[in-house]
Amino acid sequence: MEEIKLVKGNEAVALGAINSGCDGYFGYPITPQSEILETLMELRPWESTGMVVVQAESEVASINMVYGGAACGRRVMTSSSSPGISLMAEGISYLAGAELPCLIVNVQRGGPGLGTIQPSQADYFQATKGCGHGDYNMIVLAPNSVQEMYDFVFDGFDLAFRYRVPVMMLSDGIIGQMMEKVSLSRSRPRWSAQEIRSMSDDWATTGRHGSRARNIASSLELDPNEMERRNLDLQSRYRSIESAEVRFEEFLTEDAEYIVVAFGSSARIASETVRMARAEGMKVGLLRPITLWPFPSARIAELADRVKGFLVAELNAGQMVEDVRLAVDGRVPVRHFGRMGGIVYSPDEILNALKQEGRSNG
Amino acid sequence: MKETLIIAGFGGQGVLSMGKILAYAGVVQGFEVSWMPAYGPEMRGGTANVTVILSDSPISSPIAHEFDSAIILNQQSMDKFEPAIRPGGLLLYDTNGITRHPTRTDIRIFAMDATEQSARRGMARMFNTMVLGGYLAVRPVVDSSSVVEGLRLSLPERAHKLIPDNEKALAAGAELIKK
Repeated sequence: MEEIKLVKGNEAVALGAINSGCDGYFGYPITPQSEILETLMELRPWESTGMVVVQAESEVASINMVYGGAACGRRVMTSSSSPGISLMAEGISYLAGAELPCLIVNVQRGGPGLGTIQPSQADYFQATKGCGHGDYNMIVLAPNSVQEMYDFVFDGFDLAFRYRVPVMMLSDGIIGQMMEKVSLSRSRPRWSAQEIRSMSDDWATTGRHGSRARNIASSLELDPNEMERRNLDLQSRYRSIESAEVRFEEFLTEDAEYIVVAFGSSARIASETVRMARAEGMKVGLLRPITLWPFPSARIAELADRVKGFLVAELNAGQMVEDVRLAVDGRVPVRHFGRMGGIVYSPDEILNALKQEGRSNG
Repeated sequence: MKETLIIAGFGGQGVLSMGKILAYAGVVQGFEVSWMPAYGPEMRGGTANVTVILSDSPISSPIAHEFDSAIILNQQSMDKFEPAIRPGGLLLYDTNGITRHPTRTDIRIFAMDATEQSARRGMARMFNTMVLGGYLAVRPVVDSSSVVEGLRLSLPERAHKLIPDNEKALAAGAELIKK
């Protein structure tokens, strides 16, 4: 029989790291994600798979350790919560510039500043619009269950290596702290040095051998023509990602007149709203973006042709709503409902917002 | 079947582990389960609470603002959660330290003095399982065999020798509530 465990979302990330063949985790504690590092330290994977776990002296050190590990062609990752991710922003831009694959987990809390330790989704802009400087994107995966906290470690590494880009898992204090059933059957070993050499010898610092040219992991290029070429190359890679990697999920959208758009923990809460609305005879559906970048704009544009309106529910002041509006392009009203500062809405608060939207649209 | 339960009290009363035992018992019985603790400033203020949901269909929202049942173990939690119980729902509380007893008439209310009784029987450390026994006696959402299995799964191996005592505490709690 398949093994079913009851674990916290944060613990699932740690288990996912070990079981997905991760080579190194570098992190610094911060609520509400400290269980990731704690679980790794407790499970001592360096004695089983050989995975390295380091509690670094800071978030800045963590992300630069990730840079070093990624440059070697290894599967490496870090995790933090909102203020810690801000500290990592420079390193993330460098990773993107140097075309290095890695996984960064953000278990969001409320901001700005040190803010609160309670759940929030106010880092949507930071994650999807690039939190460091320069023209770059990260692939952003938004889990809405403990199972996905586990699975997205695997998917995150796969995507990072397929495109040689940093990938972010954007979770929050709800999914990080809650316990649910999770299947841990998915598992794979770490890559051998030989495997890494055969896959990544053209870019990774795998140990110079024979006559191969030297590989240098750097984001610095002082020749503007060459720097523009590198930018164009990144942009064409981003276009490929946009055409191949959009992921989303729909619930009762077939005959829907109104659509709630929500990601992560909000999508869980909003799916209850949809059930309640249906019980009252309202034709409401849910669209849940799983990748926040690339964003399911094309699907939202399609739906905009046949619904009366959208309500974007997110635990922030209105961030993803901008991407929904861009996709809808003014054809139908797009409204936002949110709470901030660590307050989590109930399914009926979203329902009330939906009813107001219905009334104002007639 | 869907049971949305809040367990609330002081840190150290075993609130979170009581929820964990129940959640594991739910897993044993094939239910979908979620266990969502309050981990914020309220925890640092000394109070603790956890929302446990058991359901025979997938659980949409792990966050609840209204509960089918509440297990209340201190006055602050009584003030906060008595109004949040669904009409027809259940409130079970430990009388120790309660100065304002519940007043609602549209819910089922059970009181037990588990703090005193567990201490008197030398089971103070099993206060939480005693309360859980009381809850399951009036709201049998899981079988007692599943609860024992839940204990085994949620306790670390070194504590497994305490399972027989915990079983006694569960039975004692069920006895208390009947009185």
